[in-house]
Amino acid sequence: MTATTVHDDAGAPAAQIGQARLRKEDAKLITGQTNWTDNIKLPGMLHIAFLRSPYAHAKISRVDVSAALDQPGVVAAFSGADFGAEQGSLPCAWPVTPDILIPPHPPMAVDEVRYVGEAVAAVVARDRYAAADALNSIDVDYEPLPPVLDIRTALAEDSPKVHEAGNKSYEWVFANGDVDAAFRDAPVVLERTYRQQRLIPCAMEPRAVVAQWVADDVTLWSATQIPHVLRFALSAFFGIPEQNVRVIAPDVGGGFGSKLQVTAEEVLAVLIGRRVGKPVKWTESRTEGNLTVHHGRDQWQQIKIAADSDGRIRGLSVDLLADMGAYLMLVTPGVPLLGAFMFPAIYKMDAYSFKCTGVFTTKMPTDAYRGAGRPEATFAIERILDELAVELGIEPFELRERNWIKHEEFPYTTICGLTYDSGNYEAATAKAKELFDYDGLREEQRRRNERGDKVRLGIGISTFTEMCGLAPSRVLGSLSYGAGGWEHASIRMLPTGKVEVVTGSSAHGQGHETAWSQIVADQLGVPFEDIRVLHGDTQVSPKGMDTYGSRSLAVGGLAVVQACDKVVAKAKVIAAAMLEASADDLEFSAGRFSVKGDPDANKTIQEVALATFAAHDLPEGVEPSLDSEATYDPDNFSFPHGTHLCATEVDTETGFVKIRSYVAVDDVGVVVNPLIVEGQVHGGIAQGIAQALYEEGVYDDEGNLVTTTLADYLVPSAADLPSYKTERTESPANNRLGVKGVGEAGTIASTPAVVNAIVDALRPFGVRDVTMPCTPERVWRAIQSATQSPAAQNPASESGATA
Amino acid sequence: MTQITVKVDGVKYVDQVEPRLLLVHYLREVVGKTGTPVGCDTSNCGACTVLMDGQSVKSCSVLAVQADGSDVTTIEGLANGELHPVQRAFHEEHALQCGYCTPGMILAATDLLRDNPHPTEEEIRDGLEGNLCRCTGYENIVRAVKRAAEAGVAP
Repeated sequence: MTATTVHDDAGAPAAQIGQARLRKEDAKLITGQTNWTDNIKLPGMLHIAFLRSPYAHAKISRVDVSAALDQPGVVAAFSGADFGAEQGSLPCAWPVTPDILIPPHPPMAVDEVRYVGEAVAAVVARDRYAAADALNSIDVDYEPLPPVLDIRTALAEDSPKVHEAGNKSYEWVFANGDVDAAFRDAPVVLERTYRQQRLIPCAMEPRAVVAQWVADDVTLWSATQIPHVLRFALSAFFGIPEQNVRVIAPDVGGGFGSKLQVTAEEVLAVLIGRRVGKPVKWTESRTEGNLTVHHGRDQWQQIKIAADSDGRIRGLSVDLLADMGAYLMLVTPGVPLLGAFMFPAIYKMDAYSFKCTGVFTTKMPTDAYRGAGRPEATFAIERILDELAVELGIEPFELRERNWIKHEEFPYTTICGLTYDSGNYEAATAKAKELFDYDGLREEQRRRNERGDKVRLGIGISTFTEMCGLAPSRVLGSLSYGAGGWEHASIRMLPTGKVEVVTGSSAHGQGHETAWSQIVADQLGVPFEDIRVLHGDTQVSPKGMDTYGSRSLAVGGLAVVQACDKVVAKAKVIAAAMLEASADDLEFSAGRFSVKGDPDANKTIQEVALATFAAHDLPEGVEPSLDSEATYDPDNFSFPHGTHLCATEVDTETGFVKIRSYVAVDDVGVVVNPLIVEGQVHGGIAQGIAQALYEEGVYDDEGNLVTTTLADYLVPSAADLPSYKTERTESPANNRLGVKGVGEAGTIASTPAVVNAIVDALRPFGVRDVTMPCTPERVWRAIQSATQSPAAQNPASESGATA
Repeated sequence: MTQITVKVDGVKYVDQVEPRLLLVHYLREVVGKTGTPVGCDTSNCGACTVLMDGQSVKSCSVLAVQADGSDVTTIEGLANGELHPVQRAFHEEHALQCGYCTPGMILAATDLLRDNPHPTEEEIRDGLEGNLCRCTGYENIVRAVKRAAEAGVAP
């Protein structure tokens, strides 16, 4: 399975960074030896099943669990009231404004339910079938209340209320430059409304939780992205002393933000486990997951752009309505604000204003989903730039180029106050156009439009950037976030010269074990194969901020580098003693300390590790350990960028859209492992295409989620997606490794590329927007409404959803 | 309870099962074949795909009693001393990230190649339509199946 380490001519190991090393993670994953949370079986373990609200909004007048207790194999049953104050309130870590409304959010509803799927009772039984059976014996009396389903009307005075205190959670504003002047004086002003539909993350592994108490200590296994944050939350918000809490994220089957959460089920498993004195397990069904894993997106975006007649952008103004759902979960209110700084994207302008209003509805709360705020922003700016190009009769790339930051202008401080450290939009665009045969396709499009083909060719552009590598702690503080953005790593030099790397990042498919091994191999000069990477257990890796926001490499990877520095510094002192030389006279290269000018006098780091272990002849006062740790707090975000191009074939008779070709040229800085980076880009593009064409979480007019299964919520298959052509350009980031994040880039870039391509294909018919997901029905209706009454176009019509 | 006799990955098992027990739960909970995961409850995702008498089935949509007398191969029994060519190809083409869909995807691809040893890209995509992956965008899965086809999968 493992390839052997390549050596260069001098016999030293070749640099690992940049090599397409096959993944260390794969061996267990391809043979079925993976340890998913649902695989865990503990002696005496009991199973939890939750009874969930069938109403979007209702008073609970009575919950009677007594009959469930008579069912075979049932050990206990609980209503929300049974937990009393013990169950507290699920945390929101991002109170974005001082006057934000954060309603109480008990893990199990007590007197009111506010979305379909909210837990109202639980059964604990010997096996999962018995637990599920017994749910039928629980009696709940509900007094239905009116649902609140549309954020556009929820703020009206006469709207029913989700919470007594009202439907508005917060209003957050940002402005820079003279926005009024920009719009007053500009010869061209365009305004558009775009809909970011509600998405359901659908990681392939459903959530699962196991909780085991032994005396005062609890171990929680969870399919989570954030074992460290979860441990802190269990302690800070639910009163379990931190030293008694161990959280383990075993192998985790994807997250995409959905497992960046402190969930009701995690908290309840801990509380129930304590009550019943036995280990307990809960594994969700996909239907439960679609109902109760936090959703993503769900915004109405009003965007206004002011420009000169030559296309120069004068100002941009954005007004968002963001659906919070029924409660604020871990970072619910902050997600749209991660987009606030990204609407200006790669473009220069004189003025910018942003307002976001967070609104409650009787739906599942929204929270982070791959890209979190940035895909929404990128969509709106890239869509309206295409509209502006049409309005001004300027070629869309030409318009972008007139406004984007030139490569010689980096570092560049944007209208939002972010300093983009590096980038080269010209290079990525030139490469993408060439790979795509942009000019050839434009020519073909012209011919086919002239011919009046039934199937039209559309070309979609997305010149995106994003901010990731979350995040400088001081910036998070200035945005009222509840924690820092650092990451931790430690290196253990084992006596035999092997290395254990402990990382606070918690991988769930990203390939940290491989990439971190490559980094450490280069830093310490030890073979890739000799390195083991440990993560995801707060007892093994006691300190960390976990994995989300494309932060692992750009923050966690740099913590690993800093820890390696400290190992080398310690080893140098001991090597110097072994070589009877001064540490100042030693140089370290490719795993070897040698005396300057006398390369034959040298010691390998492995020899130093063994000597340190023996500790017989260490210099006076030197500690017998090379082990080191480091906590890295970045001083800036990471700004990957790229140019994505999509060609669509749009059947104007059926509305069916087929992606004919897709080119992505991404600049993610220095690449540690091109295989992993390419994989991240592929998967990201697929998720963005899925938003453009297929996926939508749909509630009916009574507040029932109708997309509860993968038959209704259309996660695309291999047959629904194209092949992608991916390439890279490289402008190194301003950090030790030159790396940027890559996890979300594809998702951020691809959605507007696809929709721009569809609209581009239909421009000859007068179509200027198609609401996502661009189902055949919606595309067909857009054509009909544009050709029949061009003035009556409703660019954000709701009809024709997937379900 | 009904008695069933099932061969799983070459080992014979005789068990009393509830008639409603799903094959996937039998494999996971009774036999301990946790290499076969569950990804949905509507037979859409294919994560639980196993080979039953050589044919790929979604083990969430088969009852354990229906497997009585069958020979089941899970991901844990696919390698025969060394990795199966499809397993190897998935590793070499980086056709997995989180790996949750991988057991089902590998077994579905194995069945696909048995039916059609030299599929086109379109045939691969159509053939794997019943198996969902959220991480890879399928690009490298398609490449892996092509690579396995080139390596030749024994019938």
